[in-house]
Amino acid sequence: MNIQDLLGRLHAGDPRAIGRAISLVEEQSREGAALLAGLDRERIAAALLIGMTGPPGAGKSTLTGGLVRHLRDQGQRVGIVAVDPSSPLSGGAVLGDRIRMMDHALDREVVVRSMATRGRLGGLCAAAGAAARIMAASGCTTVLLETVGVGQSEMDIVRLADLTVMVLAPGFGDEIQAMKAGILEVADLIVVNKADQPGSGKLALDLAAVFARAEDRDLRLHRTVASEDQGIDTLLARIDALVQQYRKDGTLHRKREQAFTLETLDWAQALLRPKLAALAAAGLRNADPRLAAEEIIIQLQQEPQS
Amino acid sequence: MAEQYRVLIGKPGLDGHDRGAKFIVRALRDAGFEVIYTGIRRTAEEIAAAAIQEDVAAVGLSSMSGAHLRLFPAVIEALNQAGAGDIPVLGGGIIPEEDVDILRQAGIQAIFTPGTPAATIIAAFTKACEEHHRRHR
Ligand SMILES: Nc1nc2c(ncn2[C@@H]2O[C@H](COP(=O)(O)OP(=O)(O)O)[C@@H](O)[C@H]2O)c(=O)[nH]1
Ligand SMILES: [Mg+2]
Repeated sequence: MNIQDLLGRLHAGDPRAIGRAISLVEEQSREGAALLAGLDRERIAAALLIGMTGPPGAGKSTLTGGLVRHLRDQGQRVGIVAVDPSSPLSGGAVLGDRIRMMDHALDREVVVRSMATRGRLGGLCAAAGAAARIMAASGCTTVLLETVGVGQSEMDIVRLADLTVMVLAPGFGDEIQAMKAGILEVADLIVVNKADQPGSGKLALDLAAVFARAEDRDLRLHRTVASEDQGIDTLLARIDALVQQYRKDGTLHRKREQAFTLETLDWAQALLRPKLAALAAAGLRNADPRLAAEEIIIQLQQEPQS
Repeated sequence: MAEQYRVLIGKPGLDGHDRGAKFIVRALRDAGFEVIYTGIRRTAEEIAAAAIQEDVAAVGLSSMSGAHLRLFPAVIEALNQAGAGDIPVLGGGIIPEEDVDILRQAGIQAIFTPGTPAATIIAAFTKACEEHHRRHR
């Protein structure tokens, strides 16, 4: 595999090259590392990364598909990274988000990649973040990152985003109650989707209560009917306005710094884990595991750099 | 499995019966594959484009309408056109005995009919993915 050649094709937007590049990185190969080092930094810095999260079935993929349509109308090239959980039993996964994006399948300016969580202890943010950067480096000006808003590792993914949209819908009572407490820590915008369904007005009222100030609520709480393309244009306008504000008040810069740290830490954990596992398996016995752990860290530090 | 295999299951043509496709999707997931499903009524070109973006090691097609002789080779053609003729294509559905050879000659690597055991299908996908990984990874 010639990395320079792959980078050149990726830069020119070749779908095959983009797909291969993401696989190389997802598999944590050496080539993947070289490839990431050669991506177009300017394109990456200019691209906007939007996180879409919320319970399964709330309409994230449908809304994402709708946002893509509007972004395409603006002439943008758009990337989508859709993360779904792997089955803890078989390690397999059904990656079904693409069904709602198939209308864009023949549009070369829409790049979609489905990813499974792979039960990773470290490395999930790393893989998703790298996929988003590869898309940005291929010319995507906006990248949407869809992830189910359940487990901690999935929630961590959206912390990579410049701005996160929490998608909720009526009929998810318990899950929403559980999320409400910390919702504003993860979400920049809250969308009550399925506004055509009973219970939607009540849910919106309920959620309005999480905002301390009325003007925040008006800016950051929004209703859509994603399946009917209702409210998506205004949602996009809100996103744009918030991004403008984030650029001005330094929030965007701060979020990107945090995302960089988060992904760096995740890469470090993913890269160290195999070595740590080997050392642990061969490490001290007849001692407390805590001591054995300190011992392998010392061994790691004494190892010659590879 | 040591390596993680990614496959795409597509449903070309106009028939809306995706019981068979969904059965394969679940069987493959339970065997440890990551399975991307396109949903029903997709064109050959859409399926090929999705397979390329997802960088899958194999494509599986399902057809219940009887149009497999046209639809399955069309996906191979679309993959070739897009410079991805190396991605193996497998197919299943209501396929009469006499069509099996025709499809194989058209380049479909394995054909499954309603009587094919799930284990056989999984073994065929495993082999196809293994070979593709060996050539590309
Ligand atoms: N009634 C109604 N159904 C919707 C709306 N948005 C999405 N859906 C449906 O909700 C289901 C789940 O949508 P999906 O986008 O896959 O949800 P996700 O799991 O959050 O990605 C699908 O059947 C959609 O067609 C909406 O605004 N109103
Ligand atoms: Mg989805």
